[in-house]
Amino acid sequence: MTGIRTEPITINLGPQHPSTHGVFRLRVTFDGEEIIDAEPVFGYLHRGTEKLAETRNYVQIVTLTDRMDYLASMSNNLAYVRTVEKLANIEVPERAQYIRVISAELQRIASHLMATGFLLNDLGALATPLVYCFRERERILDLFEMLCGARITLSYMRPGGVFQDAPEDFWPSLESLVGDLPHYLDELESLITSNEIVLARTKNVGLLTDEQAIDNSISGPNLRASGVKWDLRKADPYEIYDRVKFDVPIGAIGDTFDRYLVRILEMRESVKIIEQCLEQIAPGPIRANTPFFIRPPAGEAYSAVEGPKGELGFYMVSDGGVAPYRCKVRAPSFINITPLRDMLKGWKMGDLIIIFGSIDIVLGEVDR
Amino acid sequence: MNYLPGFIDFYTLYDFCLTLFQNFGFGDNAEWLSYLTAGVIISFIVINLMILSTAFYTWFERRVLGRFQVRRGPNRNGPFGIFQPFADVVKLIMKEDTIPTEADRPVFTLAPIALVAPTLLIMTVIPMGESSFLGSLNIGILFIVGVTSVNSIAIFMAGWGSRNKYAILGSMRGAAMLISYEIPMALGITSVLLMSGSLAMTSIVSSQDIWFIVVMPLGFFVFMAAATAEISRTPFDQIEAESELGSGYNTEFSGIKFAILFLAEFMAPIVTAAVVATLFLGGTKGFDPIPGQIWFVLKMFVVIFVLLWFRATWPRLRVDQIMGFAWKGLFGLGILNIFIVAIEIMIFRTEEGTVGTSNMLIMSAINWVIAVVTLLTLMRIYGQKKLERPIPVPSPLANMGVEAD
Repeated sequence: MTGIRTEPITINLGPQHPSTHGVFRLRVTFDGEEIIDAEPVFGYLHRGTEKLAETRNYVQIVTLTDRMDYLASMSNNLAYVRTVEKLANIEVPERAQYIRVISAELQRIASHLMATGFLLNDLGALATPLVYCFRERERILDLFEMLCGARITLSYMRPGGVFQDAPEDFWPSLESLVGDLPHYLDELESLITSNEIVLARTKNVGLLTDEQAIDNSISGPNLRASGVKWDLRKADPYEIYDRVKFDVPIGAIGDTFDRYLVRILEMRESVKIIEQCLEQIAPGPIRANTPFFIRPPAGEAYSAVEGPKGELGFYMVSDGGVAPYRCKVRAPSFINITPLRDMLKGWKMGDLIIIFGSIDIVLGEVDR
Repeated sequence: MNYLPGFIDFYTLYDFCLTLFQNFGFGDNAEWLSYLTAGVIISFIVINLMILSTAFYTWFERRVLGRFQVRRGPNRNGPFGIFQPFADVVKLIMKEDTIPTEADRPVFTLAPIALVAPTLLIMTVIPMGESSFLGSLNIGILFIVGVTSVNSIAIFMAGWGSRNKYAILGSMRGAAMLISYEIPMALGITSVLLMSGSLAMTSIVSSQDIWFIVVMPLGFFVFMAAATAEISRTPFDQIEAESELGSGYNTEFSGIKFAILFLAEFMAPIVTAAVVATLFLGGTKGFDPIPGQIWFVLKMFVVIFVLLWFRATWPRLRVDQIMGFAWKGLFGLGILNIFIVAIEIMIFRTEEGTVGTSNMLIMSAINWVIAVVTLLTLMRIYGQKKLERPIPVPSPLANMGVEAD
């Protein structure tokens, strides 16, 4: 059988491809079905968010952050307004902090549901788990609609609090959703977690060791799936996270299955957090008295929150004017694709899609 | 067993034409003329019947998938959206039919036809009434095995001809997979042949005093799995692999060519259901007030629904796992099944070489025990391996501090 000439084949996976989660391009070299090299190419969705921020005032920038990780606008809002508050020394009323945490946790559930659903879609499960995930996410979006009238690009938070208090009928709806979510998750897990084919496809595939993860500055569920117990909500508690009890789930070996399972477990923890917030929240003001044109003293601030995809940080420099002098975003999606090449090498075409899907990136955040 | 009247087969039609042509004084030419006429009429019936049922099937598939996915499915065109497939076909025909510049034109153009023809051919030997469209073709099942093999060539033609990397990847996978799954499929069929003692589809049906799914569950399992792979449905849909390869072998096809590929692809489950119903579910057999044809269609629908159920709930296997499943799993099970069935037939057969009903019952009992034990053993071996997970231990590389826990 010697003498058959073979040569590697290079495929441009994307920017138009059903499984690139946006306009992401991977230049992959295959030897038959096996990947020997993979090079991520991005920037197709670059909109210059950081530069645009320099020409807008501090309240207007909230709308820009919505459009970064468009599946988790609340978390982006939270990360941004916290940085501004740190920069301008604004005290946030307690009720506003609770509402922010509730909405950020709801957003985390919504984002993880999308990640899980699309991972299963990438596995080839023809949209059934995806639609189940969407059904649940829909109720969360309905709640967001009650809060601020928008469903995706929310712009709900403001430096100093939130845009408006939650309406009366928000609370019963939230309570019923929190009651239903564990059942929803059970249903989803009964479809997926013990499925023979899912396990065959995901177990031991796309390993990311804890060392590798830390070296590549990975954060969020991907880091925890590798067994590193690191969660900013615990490690550096912000808002009222030090008043609620929750676990930080970790994975065993850092394979694709762990990354899936950690997300499911995190959703369950988020439900717990929301339940506790519902017990603790008390009436009060929801926004600090801030001027529309915030003029923070000259200086700089960095603040990060545990977003659904990882550590979402904003670094802002103020020169005392109405607009920031510089705004830099530490986008978890962007940093999480750093080890992609190492994770992909040696795996097959089908694994590429699910490894990439399990990292859960949003192109709006990668390219900004 | 009663049947709806009006079913015609090739040879009845041929005789009718022959008398007709001879009476009209065609003399020596009457013979080939009647062959031609009968052939054309039969082809016309089969093609149109299949196209219509495929149209209905696509609607059915989308409705059922819709129900599985907590949504409604097509419901706008006509009652319950039943005219949706016609709207789709009109749309596809009106699209521009493009051929890539670098494509191998003859191969590219022939591929859809090469794919749809074998599927239609299978339908000619399925006994839907007292006989099939080709009468009681005495090598019916052999004909099916032979004709289905053409599929892999057609899919490779489509992929190779379109000169597209995704298409060639899809069709390479397809060629490997389809050829591998021919073997377990043939093994499943062989056990049926041992039981019925004949290659003719009609005798296979008539020998099923007890349905063969009851007599040899293992054979049914092997055949069903292999057939699902042969038509490349989930969990074996490597050829298209939508989330991986865009659309696989049909990436470059558009317009009417795509419509024909689509037709072949959606005709395959119907044909498979028909073959499964004939081989394992007793074909047209049923109890009396309901005619045989209705029974046959009902059985087909059950099989089609099972295929849709697979499709709606299961993810896709990876390409090497699929090959492993064929060679390590199904191949062994198929051989085991043949071995057991052959021994049992040697013990139980009568003078004429057939097995009586009471003996079939004994065989079923033995085979069910063997099938359940085998599958449970395999499940235990692989099931325990599947749930093995190390207990998560926090990595020492990061520390959230004392109060974090």
